Amino acid sequence: MTAPLAVRGTAIRHRFGDTVAVDGVDLNVPAGMVFGLLGPNGAGKTTTLRMITTLLPAPIGSIEVFGVDVARHKLAVRRLLGYVPQQLSADGALTGRQNVALFARLFDVPRARRRHVVDLSLESVGLTDVADRTAGTYSGGMIRRLELAQALVNAPRLLVLDEPTIGLDPIGRASVWDHIGEVRASTGMTVLVTTHYMDEADQHCDRIALMHRGRICALGTPAELKAGVGPDTTLDDVFRAATGDRLASDAGERMRNVRATRRTAHRLG
Amino acid sequence: MSEQLAVPLTGWGESVPIGLPRLVLSRIGTMCLVELQKLRHDRTELITRAIQPALWLLVFGETFTRLRAIPTGNVPYLDYLAPGILAQSALFVAIFYGIQIIWERDAGVLTKLMVTPTPRIALVTGKAFAASVRALVQALVVLVLAALLGVGLTDNPLKLLAMAAAVILGSSFFCCLSITIAGLVLTHDRLMGIGQAITMPLFFGSSALYPVNLMPGWLQAFNHINPLGYEVDALRGLLIGVPAELGLDFGVLILASAVMIVIASALLARLAR
Repeated sequence: MTAPLAVRGTAIRHRFGDTVAVDGVDLNVPAGMVFGLLGPNGAGKTTTLRMITTLLPAPIGSIEVFGVDVARHKLAVRRLLGYVPQQLSADGALTGRQNVALFARLFDVPRARRRHVVDLSLESVGLTDVADRTAGTYSGGMIRRLELAQALVNAPRLLVLDEPTIGLDPIGRASVWDHIGEVRASTGMTVLVTTHYMDEADQHCDRIALMHRGRICALGTPAELKAGVGPDTTLDDVFRAATGDRLASDAGERMRNVRATRRTAHRLG
Repeated sequence: MSEQLAVPLTGWGESVPIGLPRLVLSRIGTMCLVELQKLRHDRTELITRAIQPALWLLVFGETFTRLRAIPTGNVPYLDYLAPGILAQSALFVAIFYGIQIIWERDAGVLTKLMVTPTPRIALVTGKAFAASVRALVQALVVLVLAALLGVGLTDNPLKLLAMAAAVILGSSFFCCLSITIAGLVLTHDRLMGIGQAITMPLFFGSSALYPVNLMPGWLQAFNHINPLGYEVDALRGLLIGVPAELGLDFGVLILASAVMIVIASALLARLAR
């Protein structure tokens, strides 16, 4: 193994009743990267994140976060994580500062350091000036940044973001990505992100896994993925090629394609 | 901000191995603090929730005191009723707390809490005590109302502390019952319906309004398994000094809360899916 892995998922699988949400995925996220998990609605992205973040019962297959087994050491894994869910989840009845301080307490940041850490987290997402306003008065983009501050208070080694820019205006989206980029650059933390916005993935992700119907059907850097489809293509074309065109094909063929892609990706990575 | 936030290999979190009891206590403190912070930002709820108990005491209490329809020995009916209404308003706060949990679930707050190093049982206990804090504040409002209406309340600080403990235990139980139902039904509407359907039987099936010996046999039997009955008995004994089985009351309340916390913790995972 060359680079250490932030996430090592082996043959992970999850079903809700009769629906197979994640169908035997191998997912390796190298440390220090911004890793994008892309795919259509229902592809299994969020379920995969929920397994990594210990929200779902012990997965079939195995998942390790920085070498710590998710099924066996839930609390230890959670201490390594920062997590921002899809919904805008800050508590509108609390001030920005109180929202962040809550997570500092929940992550057992020592009292002597707490205030300082809360201030730093707020500062790192540019919310210092509005920290004492209730979060109910924030715009969507500000709430997202506040959630980022909540996740950062733990100095996580793996930041997990589930569609961080969904529902935000272009300025809000740019601002959220800017702050993710800054934090990543200054801390070296690994970022695992899902998104529907191909342009964002292209611009901000070092590596991308395309999921479809519970499986990974393409994996590589944005440039590799685009080159694989043809010259002058965008990630949108990759997305269509990887999902749309294959909707009608049989499962066996899909499996072979996945394996082929994965092997290529491994060689390149 | 960079160096301080960047603690790449051993975050302070990892280097602090904390035992479960300390973790539970820490989370209780955190959740209660947050509840008080929220209450400070929005006090309207405190007032709207005070209307109903005020009406119970003013209309029902004053009327039945005059009617002398309910034999309460040498205790004026209003005095007899006050601890019951206090328990009722705490019950209302706690039994609908699950709605907040479902809201937190829909808003993604719950999943975020569940990705912190907080064992389920610590999270539920924290929430239960947070609900208790809110219920206790509500109870204090009723206590002031009762005092203003001339109810002869104790001024013994130890008894008042014990009263607070009884309210906290009772509210923890009903909050966890609410979380349990929330975990089973998963929607606001259903929880609201079930909450309303069970609060009245719990209330009328306790000694909040009338002495147990006036109840028909089957209702007396229900009162014996109804934690609200024990809470009312304890409150009445402590606040207005009528004979009460305090040891039994507190024993039942502690046991019932503990059992319900465990059940609610087991069902919490359903809310995360």
